[in-house]
Amino acid sequence: MSIDSDTARRIARLARLGIGDAELASVASELGRVLGLADRLASADLQGVEPLAHPHEQGLAWRPDRVTETDRADSLLALAGEARGGFYLVPKVIE
Amino acid sequence: MSTPSAEGIAHWARALRAREISAVELTERALAAALAQQGLNALISRVDESARAAAAGADAVLAAGAESALCGIPLVHKDIFCTNAIRTTCGSRMLGEFVPPYDAAVVERLAGAHAVTIGKANMDEFAMGSSNENSHFGPARNPWDLTRVPGGSSGGSAAAVAAGIVPFATGTDTGGSIRQPAAFCGITGLKPTYGRVSRWGMIAFASSLDCGGVLARSAEDCAHVLGAIAGHDARDATSMQRPVEDYLRGLTAPVAGLRIGVAREYFGAGVEDGVGAAVHEALAALKAKGATLVDISLSHADLAIPAYYVIAPAEASSNLARYDGVRYGYRCADPQSLDDLYTRSRAEGFGAEVKRRILIGTYALSAGYYDAYYLRAQRVRRLIANDFAEAFKQVDLIAGPTAPTVAFKLGEKASDPLAMYAADVNTVAVNLAGLPAISIPAGFSNGLPVGLQLIAPAFAEARLLSAAHQFQQHTDWHLRMPGTGA
Repeated sequence: MSIDSDTARRIARLARLGIGDAELASVASELGRVLGLADRLASADLQGVEPLAHPHEQGLAWRPDRVTETDRADSLLALAGEARGGFYLVPKVIE
Repeated sequence: MSTPSAEGIAHWARALRAREISAVELTERALAAALAQQGLNALISRVDESARAAAAGADAVLAAGAESALCGIPLVHKDIFCTNAIRTTCGSRMLGEFVPPYDAAVVERLAGAHAVTIGKANMDEFAMGSSNENSHFGPARNPWDLTRVPGGSSGGSAAAVAAGIVPFATGTDTGGSIRQPAAFCGITGLKPTYGRVSRWGMIAFASSLDCGGVLARSAEDCAHVLGAIAGHDARDATSMQRPVEDYLRGLTAPVAGLRIGVAREYFGAGVEDGVGAAVHEALAALKAKGATLVDISLSHADLAIPAYYVIAPAEASSNLARYDGVRYGYRCADPQSLDDLYTRSRAEGFGAEVKRRILIGTYALSAGYYDAYYLRAQRVRRLIANDFAEAFKQVDLIAGPTAPTVAFKLGEKASDPLAMYAADVNTVAVNLAGLPAISIPAGFSNGLPVGLQLIAPAFAEARLLSAAHQFQQHTDWHLRMPGTGA
């Protein structure tokens, strides 16, 4: 499996990870090596085999859709880099 | 009184009740040991003052006749478990200053039993690693040889127990992160069945694989702790509604009559001779006690690493999307735009291995590659789970070396991700199938500990613990301490 720098740039963009142009080639080559490992999966006979997403397929519990959390807005907002008046602040999105 | 100790929970529970020592004294002893062994870098944070207060509280409960054997016993939590008002870093710069406003379920339950938290243990960043070298706070070291890794990702937990700082520690296991460091450090590490222990407040890595558990001196001590942390929790949708067994009472079940499957794939090419020899000797000891050894095959074992290194990164890329610099965690200085805030906070906040796995996962989930990678890995996952189900039709437990090698040197594999991933060759399949497994000390190779892994069917923790306990009644590998000669 070989990954080129453009693909690495596109994946980094999807993941919102800033990767400098200088690092792209080495990141691409490492990704290619790890995905090469995954290419071994192609050797398995998967005829009629359903995907297994989770170890306990059958047993997940339901619960009533009720509010159980108390209002902890202040303690949670205190964790933010910037917050004011009950809102998280981010750089201006609309000019 | 300040020397490190191989004594476990059962010993201290008795000594506390006999008033031979108080919880405050025992906690001071653990704090002193943590300070004396700072060179291990086993802890990211120490919480001396809250530990002293909790110990005083435990003494009051003991005076009133405490029920839990854990009352007054010091421990460290892996720094992946949220602790109210105590910094919880997950080994990452991203959460370097994160102080959660609540306790994880595991933390709550152990505090409820009046166990005494003395600190937060070092770990690979976001539990991604097999050596603890991916920690933003520097690697923890192996107490048996300071030039070697303690294993990972629960490396600090394992080092702290092995060095005798605390009798037990919490850990998490997504692909071997409890069992492999337990093996490398010569202690006992239990990964329960997926869903047996609540993941609430445990920072997510790969949600269909993550599992909280325990590292301790012995299987008996693991039984004490599992009894306290297991059980349903409505706050974790994957937590199972199933009664918790009396694991302590189950310990006396005999080994005689147990059928132990010896999986030939677990003794493959990468397994060092000394490791294989120690494990075979341990199996012979179980046989001498009346167990039957059955040669078995897990035919898709070689696909476990490839499947794991698609599924775990895919889930990680999704879980770690929450770290965006907005709500909590690291925020880059002076962001120029919302996009700049996201990309730079993540670039500066995450380390190299975490970024690598996010990128792999993003690739595997991206349009055009989803079927070829993610869905295919999930189908292989079913084949791997089926292999175990088939094997458990003819055996009660499955055995093999926990890790193919003993603890390796710091730096030895740090620059080669694929070599590092291979350290998980015997452990990841268990997570893919959601099974419980334990690593127990089984001897030494070149003076370094070797772990025997036992795997059981889902929710058969009692069987695992009794087999391990019976083995430990007839061996003393688990009582050996670093620096006193293997």
